[in-house]
Amino acid sequence: MLLAQQSQTLEPVAPWLFYLFAGVAVLGALGVVLSQQIVRMAVFLLFTLGSVAFLYFFLEAEFLAAIQLIVYVGGTLILIIFGVMLTSKNPFVRLTVPVPQRLLGWGIGLALALMTGFLGVKYVASQGADGRDSQSLLADAPHDSQSLIADAPHDSQSLIVGVQGAEHYGVADLGRNLLGKYALPLELAGVLLLVVMIGAAYIAKGRHADFEEGGAQP
Amino acid sequence: MIGLSHFLALSAILFGCGAATILTKRNAIGILMGVELILNAANVNLVAFNLYNWAGEAVAQGAAPAVDGLMFAMFIIVLAAAEAAIALAIFLNFYNHFSTIDIERARMLRG
Repeated sequence: MLLAQQSQTLEPVAPWLFYLFAGVAVLGALGVVLSQQIVRMAVFLLFTLGSVAFLYFFLEAEFLAAIQLIVYVGGTLILIIFGVMLTSKNPFVRLTVPVPQRLLGWGIGLALALMTGFLGVKYVASQGADGRDSQSLLADAPHDSQSLIADAPHDSQSLIVGVQGAEHYGVADLGRNLLGKYALPLELAGVLLLVVMIGAAYIAKGRHADFEEGGAQP
Repeated sequence: MIGLSHFLALSAILFGCGAATILTKRNAIGILMGVELILNAANVNLVAFNLYNWAGEAVAQGAAPAVDGLMFAMFIIVLAAAEAAIALAIFLNFYNHFSTIDIERARMLRG
């Protein structure tokens, strides 16, 4: 029943667009698994991260899509490629794993994916049976306003449909939560980034060299 | 057509690929890429659940739509960036010591 209600999601262009970006993401992830050259893995990871950023648009998380593109694709991936450049004399060097170990790793990954996917589909199926009832019961709880009860399923419905949703969340909701409910985690994230910056510079300095050579840093 | 289960399936596939990447790479930076894939799978799950199952309940109670899943995803992105920076610093130090990035050579802590 829930699936029938969600079938109007993301009309009219979205189904094949979703399959396009999801397919690119899955192919990129498979490329990361199957490729043995680190630079090609980085390029496949770029495709996956970009496609996931576009999928965030379908989930009404435009700001998160921008953050994903800026931080992941523009920051983390560039950092990884710098790491590849700094840590190999030959960037196309192959470090291969023996075939039995590789097959075992792929089997474990496949089993984990099947487990997670099965759990997710089972959750959606069980929620389609009684989740909608609990939500309508939740909407029935305030007895004072009859119109709220009448309108509540329609509102959540329009939010789920998300195309004409008057209440789809935007950056303003994110900002209010970030400075209200999540103010302490925000401050902790700032402190964490400072600690990471100092710590990364300290670790990557190579302190074994300057003790012996009197600060002569190569 | 496109419901919550589609996003859950995509996230499961990404998670499996990330786990297989971690298990089958000898290059330390490849393992870091696997971790990034797993964190992305978790982010997709958080954002999808927030849209389909979480935001509507707050709206049904007359409040503003809840964005807790998006907040969690944002903090996960911050943590992933910090983790990548620290991990690459450790890898650079490792490369300075051993002149390789092969994790099979990291045996100094082995008893």
